[in-house]
Amino acid sequence: MDIVQMRGITKRFGPVVANDHIDFNLRKGEIHALLGENGAGKTTLMRILYGLYRADEGEILVEGWPVRINSPKDAIALGIGMVTQHFALVPPLTVAENVVLGFTDGFVLEKATIEQRVAEAAKRFGLEVDPSAVVRHLSVGQRQRVEILKALYREARVLILDEPTAVLVPQEIDALFETLERLRAGGLSVIFITHKLEEVMRISDRVTVLRDGRVVGTVETARTNERELARMMVGRETFGVRREERAVGEQPLLQVERVCAEDDQGLPALKEVSLVVHAGEILGIAGVGGNGQKELAEVLSGVRRPTSGRILVDGQDLTGATPDEFTAAGVGRIPEDRHAGVVGELSVAENLALEYLEEFARGGMLDREAIRRHAEELIQRFQIKARATDRARTLSGGNLQKLILARVLSRDPKVVLASQPTRGLDVGATEYVRQQLLAQRARGAAVLLISEDLDEILALSDRIAVMYEGEIVGVLPAQDADPERLGLMMSGAVKERQGAYAEV
Amino acid sequence: MLRFKIEKTGAPVWMRSLIPVFALLVTFLITSGLILWGQANPIQAYYYFLIAPLTSRVSALEVLVKSTPLILSGVAVTFAFVAGYYNIGAEGQLYAGAIAAAWLGTVLGGLPPALAIPIMLLGGFIAGALWALTPALLRVKLAVDEVVTTLLLNSVMLFIVSALLNGPWRSPVSGWPQSPEIAPSTVLPKLIPRSRLHLGFVVAVLSVVVLWFVLSRTVFGLKMRAAGLGREAARFAGVNVGRTMLIAALISGGIAGIVGVSEVAGIHFHLIEEISPGYGYTGILIATLGALNAWGVAAAALFFGLIDTGTQTLSHAMGVPIYLGEVTQATMLLVTLAMLLLQNYRIRRV
Repeated sequence: MDIVQMRGITKRFGPVVANDHIDFNLRKGEIHALLGENGAGKTTLMRILYGLYRADEGEILVEGWPVRINSPKDAIALGIGMVTQHFALVPPLTVAENVVLGFTDGFVLEKATIEQRVAEAAKRFGLEVDPSAVVRHLSVGQRQRVEILKALYREARVLILDEPTAVLVPQEIDALFETLERLRAGGLSVIFITHKLEEVMRISDRVTVLRDGRVVGTVETARTNERELARMMVGRETFGVRREERAVGEQPLLQVERVCAEDDQGLPALKEVSLVVHAGEILGIAGVGGNGQKELAEVLSGVRRPTSGRILVDGQDLTGATPDEFTAAGVGRIPEDRHAGVVGELSVAENLALEYLEEFARGGMLDREAIRRHAEELIQRFQIKARATDRARTLSGGNLQKLILARVLSRDPKVVLASQPTRGLDVGATEYVRQQLLAQRARGAAVLLISEDLDEILALSDRIAVMYEGEIVGVLPAQDADPERLGLMMSGAVKERQGAYAEV
Repeated sequence: MLRFKIEKTGAPVWMRSLIPVFALLVTFLITSGLILWGQANPIQAYYYFLIAPLTSRVSALEVLVKSTPLILSGVAVTFAFVAGYYNIGAEGQLYAGAIAAAWLGTVLGGLPPALAIPIMLLGGFIAGALWALTPALLRVKLAVDEVVTTLLLNSVMLFIVSALLNGPWRSPVSGWPQSPEIAPSTVLPKLIPRSRLHLGFVVAVLSVVVLWFVLSRTVFGLKMRAAGLGREAARFAGVNVGRTMLIAALISGGIAGIVGVSEVAGIHFHLIEEISPGYGYTGILIATLGALNAWGVAAAALFFGLIDTGTQTLSHAMGVPIYLGEVTQATMLLVTLAMLLLQNYRIRRV
C-alpha cells in the first residue's frame, strides 16, 4: 500500500530543471532513502511534497487520493511532517511550548496541561525529552528529537528527514536510527534524504537514487550494495582519494601554543589550544560544529585576535598579526564560508589579485593587464569554469572553491589552513579539493584540516585532534583512530590526553 | 481561480538599459496625479521640467550652475558609500567648507587669484574632512553607527553657522546674519561672461573624472570597492578595512567641503545660513540614483539640475508649488530603486 505517490513531478528554476518527471512512491511503514549528490534534486522533491515549492508538472496522491499541497499547512493536514537541517525551533521556549506552537486550541495556554500532553506523546513515540527543558540548553541531537516529536504530535504519518545525520556525532546517529526503527514498527513511513551510502545500507528498506534531477532507479536495500548505489548516484565508479603512507617531515611549520580566544559574544571559545603541524603532514581537527573550530581558523588567519598564547609559523611569531601578515608569512587560508572568502560583486580576476595587491600595483595604480594575465593563468591551471571578468557570485560552489584554492595554493604556502573545504560540494569537486590538499602535503606543506566530515578527516589526516567546547580533548595518530573512538571524544565523553600538547 | 507566482530571474539585458526610460515614464504617471490636483496640465508641466530649460542659452547654462553643487555632492557621497561608509553628513561638511571659504575669502585678499583660489579649495576640503573625522574615527575604532553620528552633526554644524553669523560675522552695516563679502581675488572666475557659470563647474567635472579613475584604476579604489561590497572577505584578504573606510570618509567630507567653497566663492560671495537647500542630502539621492558609478552620478546630477531649473519656470508659468520639483526627484529615486529590485523577478501564472 503506497501512502504517498508522486507522479511525473517536474520543477524548474529558470533554465535549471531541478526535478525532471520524477516518479516516487512511499509504502506504508517503510524507511525509504532518497539518495543523491548535492544538487541531484532530493531536497527540491521533498520541498514540493511538504508544500514549500509547487511543482510545475505532475501530481501527488496521498493514500490513493489526488491532493493539492500549496503550503506546509496543507502538508501537515495530510499527515506529512518534515525535519530540515536547520531546525525551526524557538530557542528561549521550552520543549513543550515549541511542540504545541501553532497547534493549540482555545485561547489560554496552560503550561502544566501542555507539558503533560507533550510528555505523554514523547512516551508514546519513545522519544526521550524533558518537556519543561528550555530548547536553548539542548544538544543538537536532542533538538532534532524535539523536531521529530513536533511532527509526530501533529499526527504525521509520513516523516521527511533532510540529511538528519549531518549535525550528529556517531552515538547520536545510533540513537536516531533506533528511534526510527521503533517508529517504523509503529507504522510510520519515513523518507530519509542523504548522500551517505553507509546510512542507506544501515537504515533503509528501499532506496530511490536521483541524479541530475532524474530518477536513476528504486531498489530494495537488501538486494543492493554500496558499490552499486555509488555507481547509480555518480554515474561512474568512484575511487575516492587515497592518502599514501609516507614519512612526515620533522620540521614544525605551524606551532600553536596555549592559545585562548573569545567568540563574538566575548565568551571563551578557545581554551589553551596547543597544536603542532609538521612539514608534509595533514593534521585533522575533528569535532561537532560550534566547538571552537571557527574561532581557531579565524585566530590562525589573523581575523580574530587571541587573548593569550603564541602562534608560530616556521619559527616566526605571528601572534596577533593581521591577515596580510599571515599571508606574507606563508599561510594559505581556505575559509569555512567560501562566500565570505571572496567579494561576490567583484570579478574573478579582481578576487584572485585581492590578497596580493602590491604585486599588481604600479605607483598606486592597478596593472590591469597583469591582473588579467594572472587570472587567466590560474583559471587554466585550476580548471575554474569561469571567465576572468565574471562576477565571483555567479560561480557555482565548486568553482568558487577552486577560485579560492587557486588564490591560496598558487603561492606554494608553507602552511595550508583548510576549514570545511568540501562542505556543500558535489562528489567531483570534493575529490578535486582533497587531491589538491594531498598534493600540498606531498609538496611539504603543513596542512591543518578542520572538518566536520569524519570520513574526510579519516581519509586525509596523518594525525587527528578532536575539539570539544574549545579544547583539544585528544590527539590520535591516524592508524589508531576509528569513528567510534573519535565520536566518543567529539561528544566530550572521553578525553584521550588531558590538556595534551598535541604532538605525538 | 487564477494563481500567480513570483520567480527570481534576471531581466534581459535590453530591459536593463531601458530602466531609466521606464522609470521616467512611471514617475511621470505618478506625479501627473499631483499636477492635476494642482490644476495644471501634466504634459505642459513636464515640458517645463525637461524641455523648456534647454530651449534658451541662459536657462541651459543655469542648469549647469544648478548641477555644480549637485555633481560635487553626489561624488562626495559616492566616495563614502562605495567603501561601505554611510556618510549622511555631507550637508554639515558642506557648511564646514563654506565657513572656511568665507574666512579665507576675507584674509587672502592680497594674493593673486591663481594662488588664492587653490588655497580656498584646499581649505574647504580640509575643513570638510576635519568635520567628517570624528564620526569616521568613532565608526572605525568603536563601531559607532556613522549614519546616526554624521546625521546629528549636521544640526550641530547649522548651529555653529548660525552662531557665527549672528555673532562675530554679523554684518555691522545691515545687521543681517551674513558674513563680510569675500575679496574679489578669491571669487571663482566666470566661465562664460554674463552667466552665473563659474569655475566650480570645472571642479565638479574633474571630481567625476577623479571618482571614475580612483574606483576603476587604482589599488585604493579596488580596496574601497572590496571593503564596501564584502567587508569580511576584504578583511580576510588582508585589506585594512578600517583604514580604507576612514580615508574614504575623509575624501567624502573633503569633497562635500568643496561644495561649500563653490557656493560661497562662486555664487553668493558671503556666507549665509541658506547657502544649501539640502545639497548634502540630495547628494545621497544622486549617488543612489547614479548607482555609485561616476558617470551615473554625473547623469543623475544633471537630471536633478534640469528639474530644479524647470521647477522655477514651471511655478512662475503655471502657478504650481515649487515643491513639485523635489517631489518629482524623490519619486524618480523611489521608482528607480523599485525597478532595480523588481528587474530580478518576474510574475508568472501557474
